[in-house]
Amino acid sequence: MREKIRKFISENFLFGKEPEGLTDDDSFLEKGIIDSTGVLELVAFIEETFGIKVADDELLPENLDSVNHLMNYISAKN
Amino acid sequence: MLVNHFLENSAAKHPDKIALITKEGRYSYGEVNQMANKIAHALIAEGVEKGDRVAIFLDNSLDAVVSLFGVLKTGGIFLMINPTTKTEKLTYILNNCRAAAFIGSQGKLPVISEACNNTPSLRNVFLTGENRLSHHELHKKSFYLSEILSSSNAHQSVLRTIDADLATIIYTSGSTGNPKGVMMAHFNMISAANSITTYLENVPDDIILNVLPISFDYGLYQILMGFKMGSTVVLEKSFLYPYKVIDIILKEKVTGFPIVPTISAILLQMEDIKKHNFERLRYISNTAAALPVAHIQKLREFFPKTTIYSMYGLTECKRVSYLPPDQLDIRPTSVGKGMPNEEVYIVDEDGNRVRPGVVGELVVRGSNVMRGYWEMPEETVKRLRPGQYPGEMVLYTGDLFRMDEEGYLYFVSRKDDIIKSRGEKVSPKEIENVLYEIDDVIEAAVVGVEDSVLGQAIKAFVVLKEGSQLTEKETIRFCAQHLEDFMVPKYVEFRNTLPKTDTGKIKKTGLA
Repeated sequence: MREKIRKFISENFLFGKEPEGLTDDDSFLEKGIIDSTGVLELVAFIEETFGIKVADDELLPENLDSVNHLMNYISAKN
Repeated sequence: MLVNHFLENSAAKHPDKIALITKEGRYSYGEVNQMANKIAHALIAEGVEKGDRVAIFLDNSLDAVVSLFGVLKTGGIFLMINPTTKTEKLTYILNNCRAAAFIGSQGKLPVISEACNNTPSLRNVFLTGENRLSHHELHKKSFYLSEILSSSNAHQSVLRTIDADLATIIYTSGSTGNPKGVMMAHFNMISAANSITTYLENVPDDIILNVLPISFDYGLYQILMGFKMGSTVVLEKSFLYPYKVIDIILKEKVTGFPIVPTISAILLQMEDIKKHNFERLRYISNTAAALPVAHIQKLREFFPKTTIYSMYGLTECKRVSYLPPDQLDIRPTSVGKGMPNEEVYIVDEDGNRVRPGVVGELVVRGSNVMRGYWEMPEETVKRLRPGQYPGEMVLYTGDLFRMDEEGYLYFVSRKDDIIKSRGEKVSPKEIENVLYEIDDVIEAAVVGVEDSVLGQAIKAFVVLKEGSQLTEKETIRFCAQHLEDFMVPKYVEFRNTLPKTDTGKIKKTGLA
């Protein structure tokens, strides 16, 4: 799961560059990795890849704002 | 009246009232004013003088707010620079205005070091952030803002500033590629703030939520106007996590929410939020790009008790017009009439006023109009031209408009090829210049294409050298390393050739 997420971030927000220095705890917001329209792409990706439905009121940094947050959120949904 | 008086007067009246709410905490007017005084004191101690330009390279934060007021309190001129700006453009801006000092985050040391080292006029760098990172690659005298803010020197200096002095320079992209510094004097900003707070009917009890970058004048003024009225401003870094923003609107009982259409596009996809009660939200305002009629209707559904203000403006005069809310159903595509204390009219190619229904260029007259572009007299005379009275200058907006029989304005198109993406001005030339820096690129043409969320998405057409293996992704990545995030192309298409005019220039019409 971790690899799929990191690969997606790398390909879509770091444009294929190896995410050297991106730790699993780095905040996407603070590091400016995802821009304000990128969150929709991120949501589409996790819905398709992990078969979950992200509710509107789950569009929160606690659930989405780092590799670790994403993993915890997706695991909890499954 | 000076812009810093907005903060100082409110701090004198009600020092304990909360001025600013950020993720880090809640700060009263007294506290914000004290912090700004400390920064001013430190800047003055390092030689910052009246009229000096000080660059602020921070995202939406307490540090950014106290810094801009700190600079004003020295009699200096503050520059809010988009913190995603890359080295080359940052270096250009700092040298263009011969900045004396720089305030930025340790998180951006590589970009900051490179730009500041290459700015001879710049003497001092002030760094935010809790840690003390090693910054041996920065060859300027540096200070930590956290140390300054924990010092005890908080008295207010006496200024020789008058309202005709410049308060800020706002760099804006132009068609010709190099950004231009819009000069705003204190009286320009005071006038604009007065006009806007009047038509928005702002009150001290307002609680304004700002998610827009304060390096954008629309976001910056939320702070200025909020402080002017003695209201509370909730400052968020972005609209990245939409539900968080909804949460804040409800929890903090937000009364005013300025947006751009990109925000409504995302917001209105969240059908779930309709279940909430947003009756405390008195108004939503929109500018920077036209609010689609479909968005207006959906906003009404989601926020039935909220007044919607559709507005239009440009950096060169802050704001131009607003549609009185009672007109929204009658003429939803209009951007209204000129705001208080301002006059607008439409002229033909010869500068003569046109009749209703005729398309022409919109001209703005009033105290909110800029003083000009910093040290760019040729660019300035193109936009600021003599008005009807001797010595008066009026602003030619570069936008084509028509007026209806009742005097309401309708935006038709831009005269130049500037793209509006996410409400931000994007210069195709700036992006093309970056693309040409790629070895394999022979020709490049950047256009805007319709996008339901962005307004316009940026598309680059590129002709590569024979045998090049460059991919679209690599091209976009190169752009991301050299341009602000809102300027990075969403699409890249490789072509064998690009259409040309008779004179051999690249022809963009037809490219999509």
